[in-house]
Formats: sequence, C-alpha cells, structure tokens
Amino acid sequence: MHPKFEIKGIRDGLLVTLGDGLWAEACDALIEQIEERAEFFEGARLALDVGNYILHVVELSQLRDRLSEHGANLWAVVSNSPTTEQTAQVLGLATRLSKPKPEPPAKNASAEFHESDTGILVQRTLRSGMKLQYAGHITLIGDVNPGAEIIARGNVIVWGRMRGVVHAGAEGDESAIVCALDLSPTQLRIAGHIATTPQRRGKAPPETARLRDGQVVADPWSAGGKIEK
Amino acid sequence: MVAKVLTVTSGKGGVGKTTATANIAAAMAAIGHKVVCVDGDIGLRNLDVVMGLENRIVFDIVDVIEGRCRLRQAMIRDKRLPELYLIPAAQTRDKSAVSPSDMVRLCDDLRQDCDWIFIDSPAGIERGFRNAIAPADIIMVVTNPEVSAVRDADRIIGLIEAEEKGPARLVINRIKPEMVRRGDMLSTQDVLELLAVDLIGVVPDDERVVTSTNRGVPIVLDGKSLAGQAFRNIAQRLNGEQVPFLDLEAQGGLFGRLTRWIRPGGN
Repeated sequence: MHPKFEIKGIRDGLLVTLGDGLWAEACDALIEQIEERAEFFEGARLALDVGNYILHVVELSQLRDRLSEHGANLWAVVSNSPTTEQTAQVLGLATRLSKPKPEPPAKNASAEFHESDTGILVQRTLRSGMKLQYAGHITLIGDVNPGAEIIARGNVIVWGRMRGVVHAGAEGDESAIVCALDLSPTQLRIAGHIATTPQRRGKAPPETARLRDGQVVADPWSAGGKIEK
Repeated sequence: MVAKVLTVTSGKGGVGKTTATANIAAAMAAIGHKVVCVDGDIGLRNLDVVMGLENRIVFDIVDVIEGRCRLRQAMIRDKRLPELYLIPAAQTRDKSAVSPSDMVRLCDDLRQDCDWIFIDSPAGIERGFRNAIAPADIIMVVTNPEVSAVRDADRIIGLIEAEEKGPARLVINRIKPEMVRRGDMLSTQDVLELLAVDLIGVVPDDERVVTSTNRGVPIVLDGKSLAGQAFRNIAQRLNGEQVPFLDLEAQGGLFGRLTRWIRPGGN
C-alpha cells in the first residue's frame, strides 16, 4: 500500500504533503489518520502541500472545516497550481511556509527581466484582509478597499479605487509604477521606498505613481499626455 | 414549511448584531411567521437577555448537540409573541463545543417546522463566526457608520463571498441624521460606496433601544420608535416586499420641525 500523504514537523507546526490521486480520497485518508491519532493532532497548526491538485473555494473550505472539527487548524496551503494558490489566498490562508529570501534586485538584467515578465488580470474587488500577490505585473479591474494588499514584482494597474496597501517592484525593481483611477492608497511602496497619500480636497484624477530621484511622485493622467517611463 | 436560515454577523463587536437579531425576529413573528432564534455566541451569550427570556433557560444549544435533550426541549417560547422561539447558547462552554457541521445539522432539523431561523453570530472571524454562517441561506451584515466598523464589515463580506454564501445584505445601524448633515458622520452613501453590497435597512440611533434591550422588550413592539419601524421594515423586505427606506433626513432638526408645523396651518 502506498502512503497517500506524509507528515513532518516544521518550525510552524506540521506539514502534510498529499500525494496525487483523487482529492476526496486524499482528504478522507488524511481525516482518518487524524482520527486515529487524535491526541497528536489536537490543536495542531497544519500546513498542507497539495502538490498538483487544482482546488476551488468549496473544496478547500470544506477540508478546513473538517480539520477544525478535529481540532487541527489549517493555516497554509502550498501548491504548484496558481488557481489553488489564489483560492488559498481568498480563504486567508498563507501560501508560503516562511518568508522567502528576497532575490537580489536585478541590476543589469532589467531589460531581460521585463521581456520575460508576465502579468495577470484579476476582476474583482479586493476587500479588507485580502492579499493579491504575483511575481509579475498585476492588473486589477475593481476596487482595492482599505485593509487589502496588492504586491507585485512588476507594475500595478488598478481600474478602480486604490485605497489599500500597494507594493510595486516588490523585489527591488525601482522602475515599477502604480496607476489607478483613484490613487488614494493607505500606503504605497515602490521597491524599497514607502509613501502615504497626501491629504487633498475634491475628486482626484487618475494618477500614476513612480520613483523619481528616490522620491515617490504621482502624476495626474490627462488626455493626450505622455506617460514617461 | 421549509425555513430560510438567516445569519446576522458583523466582524466588529458592539455594532448591534444581537439587538438586530432580536428585533427583526420579533417583527417577523409579529406578522405571523414562525421564527426560531439561535444564539451562536457560545460562552458569551446575551440574545436571551435582550429577548427577555434569560430566566427560562433550562437546556441550551450544546445540550442539544451533545444529545442531553431533545431539540424541542431547548426551544424557549416567547410569551408575548407565541410564534417566536429561542435556542440559547451555553454560557459555561466555548465556541469549540460546536462545529460548523453541528450547526448545519441543527438547522436541518429545525427547517421543517418553522419559517425562519435567525442565527446571532459572535463578533470575530474565528470558529464562532464560521459556525454561524455554515448553515446560512442569507447573511446579514450589521455595521455602524464608523470607519472601524465599516472596515470589519468589508472583511466579513469578503469572507462571505469566499465561502460562496453571498451576496451579503447590509444593515447600517445607529445612524445619526443630525451628525450626517453636519458632515461629522459617514452617510449611508459613504458606507455603500465602499462596501458595494445590497442595503436592506438603515436604523437610526434611538435611546429607547437601550431601555428596550435592558428590559428585554423588543423595540419593534413600541409603535412610536423610529428604530422599531426600521427593524419592522427590514423584516418586510426579507419577505420580499418593497418598502421605501425611512426618510431620516426629515426627522429631527429645527428646520424639519418648522416645516412640519407650518404646513398644516398653511393648508
């Protein structure tokens, strides 16, 4: 009989790696194991490596509920699938076990970096507590409410109100920009620079924020205006 | 009868979840629906106090779930509104005594013989919250016109969407038209602009609510209270009726009173 999963202790609790197969069977096998060793799992902080499973909210939240019924607290889901990662983020679960070391900023390779860079398009409102993270550019159609975060290795474009925390060029790219129809973030970060939104009166025009001489500056968008880069 | 399960939640504490639950349930019972309220705040129960049924508790929800009594035995009937029942929370246990699937089972048992099941959720986003929303068909989010309460409501709405229980219905509680007019309080529009969900009620701040909750007499039974009227309207909207929102701007304020004085004389 092949073991369907393996369990090992990590710094932040237990890491369970699920083998490939049917998701329902893998879940049942895991729950069975937890039932058998109830004392071991009671109150455990559980991280789950789901490998190649593509999971949606229903599946993942069901498993989380079942685990919680057995006293195990699911806090992270590691996956090879971007869909599953997104699901985990929506449910407020971590998708990395520990903070990865920031890669050294690409200095001379910035041209190649941009060529190979990809982006994602997300259409939804990011509410408080949600975090959208991507190793590339992010385009969001919707609002970013206060308490939500967007973190991108590249640029961030928000077709909506940007009111949460935004970090563009999160791995050190100082040429990254942030654009939004209403750029009023709680905090705006580009590479290692941090800025807050100044007080202003009236309605703001769409703006683009970028680094200029080590300062974060925001330029209003105007019809026919050039976006300098 | 197959009941609808409505969960009242908020994220932040103290915004009026329990008051809203008790009053909308009472309003619903007063128009002839059979309503069962379930207190989901195990360990910090108070729906029984607000409903004035505290001294009649014998069994509670944990007794039902752990099989120490039958469901019927834990249901306390309100003497003023015979169609209104309460299943109280246990005070001596905590949230982990109940699981989301226990709540689903409990509600499934109740569904056959009532019209509405109202669940009063505890504050927070942990176990108690997940217990309360697990069986819900409709989720009502209560907020106050305050930045902190709106922020938490936003988080809760996000979690509800993630659990695919949406769309949430919003109740803005304790609004003070006078302060809104002066620009010192978030207006209904401000709140809606951020949360972007369906509004189901706006309840004005009313001192009589405090007396009513202290005495355990629902404010909806007070025909003069504007807050009571707002809660009654919410009950009607839940039944699919089109009820216009209260014109809070016309209430109070010297100008409002003046126009109301002058008009009858002028005619």
